[in-house]
Amino acid sequence: MNSEKTDWASVLGQTARKPFFWGIVAIVVLLGINLVKDPSFLAISYNANTGYLSGNVLDILRAAAPIMLIAVGMTLVVATAGIDLSVGSVMVASGAVAMQFLAGVNTPGSAGAALGAVLLALAVGAAMGLLSGVLVAYVGLQPFITTLVMMMAGRGLAKVITGGNNTKASNDAFSWIANGRVLGFPVVFVIAVVVVVLVALVIRWTALGMMIEAIGINANAARMAGIKPRGLLVTVYTVSGLLAAGAGMMSVASVMTVDVSQTGNGLEMDAILALVVGGTSLAGGKFHIGGSVVGALMITTLDKTVKFLGIASSATPAFKAAVIIILCLLQSERVRNLLLRRRRDKSTVAAPIAVATPKESVTA
Amino acid sequence: MSAVAVHPGTTGTSAWDSIKRFLDAKAMLLPTFAALVIFVGMLVYGQAEYGLLVSGGSMQWGTISNLLLNNAHMIILAVGMTFVILTGGIDLSVGAVIAFSSLAGVMLTNAGLNGWLAMIVMVLVGTLFGLFSGVLIQYFNFQPFIATLATMFLARGLASMLSTDPQRVDADSPIKLVSADIKLIDGPKVNDLIVTPGVLAAILVVALGFWVLHRTRTGRTVYAIGGSETSAALMGLPVVRTKLFIYTMSGTMAGLAGLVYTAELGKAQNITGTGWELDAIAATVIGGTLLTGAFGYVLGSVVGALVLGLMTVLITRNGAIPSEWTTIITGAILLVFVLLQRAITLRRK
Repeated sequence: MNSEKTDWASVLGQTARKPFFWGIVAIVVLLGINLVKDPSFLAISYNANTGYLSGNVLDILRAAAPIMLIAVGMTLVVATAGIDLSVGSVMVASGAVAMQFLAGVNTPGSAGAALGAVLLALAVGAAMGLLSGVLVAYVGLQPFITTLVMMMAGRGLAKVITGGNNTKASNDAFSWIANGRVLGFPVVFVIAVVVVVLVALVIRWTALGMMIEAIGINANAARMAGIKPRGLLVTVYTVSGLLAAGAGMMSVASVMTVDVSQTGNGLEMDAILALVVGGTSLAGGKFHIGGSVVGALMITTLDKTVKFLGIASSATPAFKAAVIIILCLLQSERVRNLLLRRRRDKSTVAAPIAVATPKESVTA
Repeated sequence: MSAVAVHPGTTGTSAWDSIKRFLDAKAMLLPTFAALVIFVGMLVYGQAEYGLLVSGGSMQWGTISNLLLNNAHMIILAVGMTFVILTGGIDLSVGAVIAFSSLAGVMLTNAGLNGWLAMIVMVLVGTLFGLFSGVLIQYFNFQPFIATLATMFLARGLASMLSTDPQRVDADSPIKLVSADIKLIDGPKVNDLIVTPGVLAAILVVALGFWVLHRTRTGRTVYAIGGSETSAALMGLPVVRTKLFIYTMSGTMAGLAGLVYTAELGKAQNITGTGWELDAIAATVIGGTLLTGAFGYVLGSVVGALVLGLMTVLITRNGAIPSEWTTIITGAILLVFVLLQRAITLRRK
């Protein structure tokens, strides 16, 4: 690191090599497209009566919050070479528990009831995550199939809890989670940022992150190096369940209704997409929490853009596919070689060595 | 491959010994066998409780016909998925490919294209999507999960761009012929044993799948890739060609399943097939195929698909179980089967 001469070019060069660089580029491009369509897209207006800020950007931040939470949980699970397909179902199950509790409790409007609902929902999420974790770590089932079972069971559980109805409830304190503001920002986004920062700090300041990566790279070697994979695996799945429960409450709180077939439906794929954008490999090992947050923001910006351009929102998956394909193509060896060769052909006289040097350093 | 472990300390009758030896040698057949037992058990239970097979002294052919008719598409999907999973891969795109191919086919016929051509288009659309996934995986180093996730999003999004309204199949369209009833046995009242060309296609697919997997070099290469892709490549097996083949084939099966399902239902919609990839994976796993690859049978997956189908029938017949429980019970059955597989793989070690 030659920190002495941090000119713009080298800063840019370093950022460009970060895995989530292209995710940021995608966000900028998408915002640019929106600006072309409507120059006032980024404007944030201030309502003097309520003290609320409002605008498209704040909408994006609010929509991104639940995806940020599940994407971060998913990142940790994937880092251990696992996968958590159950996050969407955990969302609907915990949301259903919260709504059913609020609808049935004696004092449905009180803050105490809201607190009870929150705790109950978190407990359900943690329990489902714990169960997945135990099945993966102690029984030795594959994460894919374990969380697939949990995915089926979770949505069924939500239907059983609500009796198949879309339970409604009203509680100001609970709905504040989704609709309130802190310093003008949506509460959900603030909560998501705080949680993500907390998780990131705990993971990176302690050896937890390194141990999780070690499990993902080679579970056997990690065990021989004195890491206990089982406890860590259970922890990671439980955390993912907890975060999904948080995301579930966010998504039911905004309308104070749990939609047993739609809440959290397919969001596990969005979370996986977010971490692919963020540069975390599904094969396990190295993970990037910041990248996953960028990925979550990119997905919601994409959703918003598609809606803003007047395209049917059911067509959004096609654009997500385009993003995945382009990003992964940019990372693939074959395309990189192709691009490098073209550059080499152009600058055969200049410096062929410069082409060969930017190889990533290999750490054993 | 077979590790025959004879335990010298075992006591008991010689019959028990030979059963034990057989189980040790063929331990990986056990989950498939268990699936078969459960299937037969469900049939027996259904018979005892609701007269599913024989009622009032006459065969209930209708039950069997419906089971085949309602699950033909899932059987076709499960065969394709078995090949993919045997190599250690996964195909998440099949459900979405069904939506796109059926929608595209129906819209083309409604726009005036010859119905027979449209049917070919429906299957070939699947082939193209499968080939696309295969190329991404094989030439651009995508992980199968990511590549087929991308194909899934692509197909679902494109289907929604085609139309978000259900598209009806014309009553006199040749597509309808795929679901035309062929009466094999004329039972009393409506209890005829009926098959459709769709069901026949499913049976043909199963037979072809079985033949390719167990009787050809391609089939052996599929198992070899699942065991170790590197070893397979070092042995000089055509790994690239085979992997391209299996993803293309899985896509083709999705196209065919789309055709069969659309003909049966009489309409195509952009949300058709949501989550079917997971059902197909579940059927494959219940049928005894290991998700890590290299162990599994086509016929097992067929049994798996039928177990899932029969379960829906039983739950519907039993009015006492609320329909909300269906997914929980499916999940529980799946869990039981993977636990069984786990126990067997542990014993082999």
